[in-house]
Amino acid sequence: MALIEFTEKGLHCSRGDFYIDPWRPVDRAVITHAHADHSRWGMKNYLSHHRSIPVMRHRLGEIRAEGIEYGEDRIINGVKISLFPAGHIPGSAQVRVEYKGEVWVVTGDYKLIDDGLSAPFEPVKCHHLVTESTFGLPVYKWKPQEEVFDEMNLWWKQNREQDLASVLLGYSLGKAQRILNSIDHTIGPILLHGAIHNSNLALEAAGFSFPETELITKDTPKEKYRGSLIIAPPSAFGSPWMKKLKPYKVGTASGWMSLRGARRRRNVDRGFVLSDHADWNELNQAVEASEAEKVYVTHGYTNIFSKWLNDQGVDAEPVTTEYEGELSEIGEGTNQEKEAE
Amino acid sequence: MKDFGELILALDATTKTNDKVTAMVSFLDSSDDADKLWFVALLSGKRPKRPVKTSLLREWSAEVSGIPLWLLEESYHVVGDLAETVALILPDTSETSEITLDERMQDLLNLRSLEEEEVKAYIISAWAEMNKTERFVFNKLITGGFRIGVSQKLIVRALSRHLEEEENLIAHRLMGDWKPSETTFQKLLVEPDDNENLSRPYPFYLAYPLEEEAENLGDVKDWQIEYKWDGIRGQLILRNGEIFVWSRGEELVTERFPELEKLKDFLPSDCVIDGEIMAFKDGAPLTFNHLQTRIGRKKVSKKILEESPVVMIAYDLLEKDGKDLRETSMENRREMLEEVVKKAKADTLLISEKIEPQSWKEAAEIREKSREVLSEGLMLKRKDSTYKVGRKRGDWWKWKVDPMSIDAVMIYAMRGHGRRANLYSDYTFAVWKGDELVPFAKAYSGLTDKEMQSVDQFVKKNTIERFGPVRSVKPELVFEIGFEGIAPSTRHKSGIALRFPRILRRRLDKKPEEANTLEDLKGILDVYNT
Repeated sequence: MALIEFTEKGLHCSRGDFYIDPWRPVDRAVITHAHADHSRWGMKNYLSHHRSIPVMRHRLGEIRAEGIEYGEDRIINGVKISLFPAGHIPGSAQVRVEYKGEVWVVTGDYKLIDDGLSAPFEPVKCHHLVTESTFGLPVYKWKPQEEVFDEMNLWWKQNREQDLASVLLGYSLGKAQRILNSIDHTIGPILLHGAIHNSNLALEAAGFSFPETELITKDTPKEKYRGSLIIAPPSAFGSPWMKKLKPYKVGTASGWMSLRGARRRRNVDRGFVLSDHADWNELNQAVEASEAEKVYVTHGYTNIFSKWLNDQGVDAEPVTTEYEGELSEIGEGTNQEKEAE
Repeated sequence: MKDFGELILALDATTKTNDKVTAMVSFLDSSDDADKLWFVALLSGKRPKRPVKTSLLREWSAEVSGIPLWLLEESYHVVGDLAETVALILPDTSETSEITLDERMQDLLNLRSLEEEEVKAYIISAWAEMNKTERFVFNKLITGGFRIGVSQKLIVRALSRHLEEEENLIAHRLMGDWKPSETTFQKLLVEPDDNENLSRPYPFYLAYPLEEEAENLGDVKDWQIEYKWDGIRGQLILRNGEIFVWSRGEELVTERFPELEKLKDFLPSDCVIDGEIMAFKDGAPLTFNHLQTRIGRKKVSKKILEESPVVMIAYDLLEKDGKDLRETSMENRREMLEEVVKKAKADTLLISEKIEPQSWKEAAEIREKSREVLSEGLMLKRKDSTYKVGRKRGDWWKWKVDPMSIDAVMIYAMRGHGRRANLYSDYTFAVWKGDELVPFAKAYSGLTDKEMQSVDQFVKKNTIERFGPVRSVKPELVFEIGFEGIAPSTRHKSGIALRFPRILRRRLDKKPEEANTLEDLKGILDVYNT
């Protein structure tokens, strides 16, 4: 029997009797990161990186959870579980599972570049690699993040000169903080949607700190919006909450924005290509660095990326899961969480 | 070329028409005439013949990028646009080039006379000195079809602002069969032309669908009411003894319709008639299927001429004795038109009969029955209306009869293009024949973005098989499919061809086994296809 199997409830290690990022309730779940499609409600016990736990509690309520450090391990039934940085969002981890010398790594979501906020990705050697493939096509190649932030700063400045608000849509956990951390906050005031403010509070409880911002409430005077940068989750787009911010320009920050079709479908003024997932080159680098004998490809362009790896002489196969990658970022996921104000 | 690339980027980056016009005007103000002419030509779809086969672009770009061709194809299915796919997969570069749009276009025109190896070398070195946006634009110049949300209307508006001329005048000057290689910006748009282009048609006046109650339009007597025919809208132009037939797609189609060409000997010079080209035999219209055998065929055989003869049903008179009548009232134009048609006494020029109901209620009853005479409904034109340019609200309305409809099951889905790229948005529908589902129509429009996303999710989770970009899915979703016409067909497995099939709504209340049958479809066919 394989050390990890792909079951209806999720990735299962029967020897250690635990699941990794399961999508149905189970007794013991090891969680790669706190995004809703990986960290779901209803598990009896959660194990994850300690910096994920305040956010998971914020999103899932009172859960029984144990937090560990990167590189630290837990042994269950002779199976060794340890976490390594995935570079995706604060607290995100790859899960390394070892039993009698056989090593599996489940990447969860990841990116290779250092976003200045999340612990940077560390390649982990293994026999079996389970990798995501959200952007597993050669058309997805990110430009350096510095260029993207330069574009954002310029966009904000230009809008500010016209006395307009700049509403920037980005996922409330990870993307929003990355923007907050890297944007030039000397340009003007930065205001936040409630969902992002709340994520920030949870992350601050986990030991992160952010530049000064202001939460938008129903008492925020309208004049405040003009010229400021307002960071909001994608679900705010077109909502009554957003109408109050007029007049504004709206931008979306997501890897999907590299395709014209996706940009036009979102109907935003501006798309910034900024992703917390690995692009085509990073995916290939990660697979190579793992030196895995066998690669399982999950959420994304699973069939295509597997076939490409096979062409390169890597034994790979697609696996069906219920993860959604970055789809929820542009409001196209099915499992979109309610982003409360 | 850089400026043009930046213009395309700017047009692409905004959804606001005002911003688009501003971007175009600023490009026009800062470009020379040669580049301006190409701008007009390219954005209005007048692209020179494709200088390189797209299959070669695929091959070369895959080679340069170090990926197999199948992976490029898969990427293309996701991106939904070949020019964009190629631009995205090519390796990054830091080179730049100062070549102008005109120079680039001249190069492309010259490629046609080069050997394949020389063409390849040119294209690859051109890619190497461009950023992603320039590459995209360059590839588009080759593959054609600049669909960047800029309508002819907006181009006209930008030119009108740039040249400080009236929009109508600009629109008229842009009509017709001009080629960027045979004219100049000055000749086309600036120098007054008296007699230079005999064949030039007027921009068509188009109607919006009527969305409110007809009763709200005021007294029925103020309206000229006619049947709306389902043919090809066309313009018949007779000037200096020469005749020209234009289709609404701004295509000169004179040779394809000898029945109309012969009208040269019947009509007074100079006149311009707006009408509908219709397949018509023994005093009655034929289905659109007949007309279809005439479209796209330059030389028509005797047999086809006999089976599917055409006539023009005249709607309007735009010019008489060389005088532009568009500012004259509909009522007066109609009188003059009746006289012209009557005097011509030609069997291939008919007048669109006026329907003169006494009330809107009576008009509605006639509309309900319009399918019986193979018409699509009614046209309502205010009697005092002038002939406007393009689609305008207020004076003209099309009041179409509700489409026929049938409930069908979705069995295949394909990723869309453009705005719908990377989204399963194009579907094939089937009806029951015993316990088998027979596909009978493809449709991609009619769902809201939200509905489309939910169907997209369904497709991804319920795929049975993949065939390239197409997936077969669990036959579970039921949709109501509307269509304007139905005809027998030997080319379709179902034995039926639909006209303008589209999704009317998703039937969440119906299970797949409750969808209609092929027998039901054939029943509709028997009723309407006499």
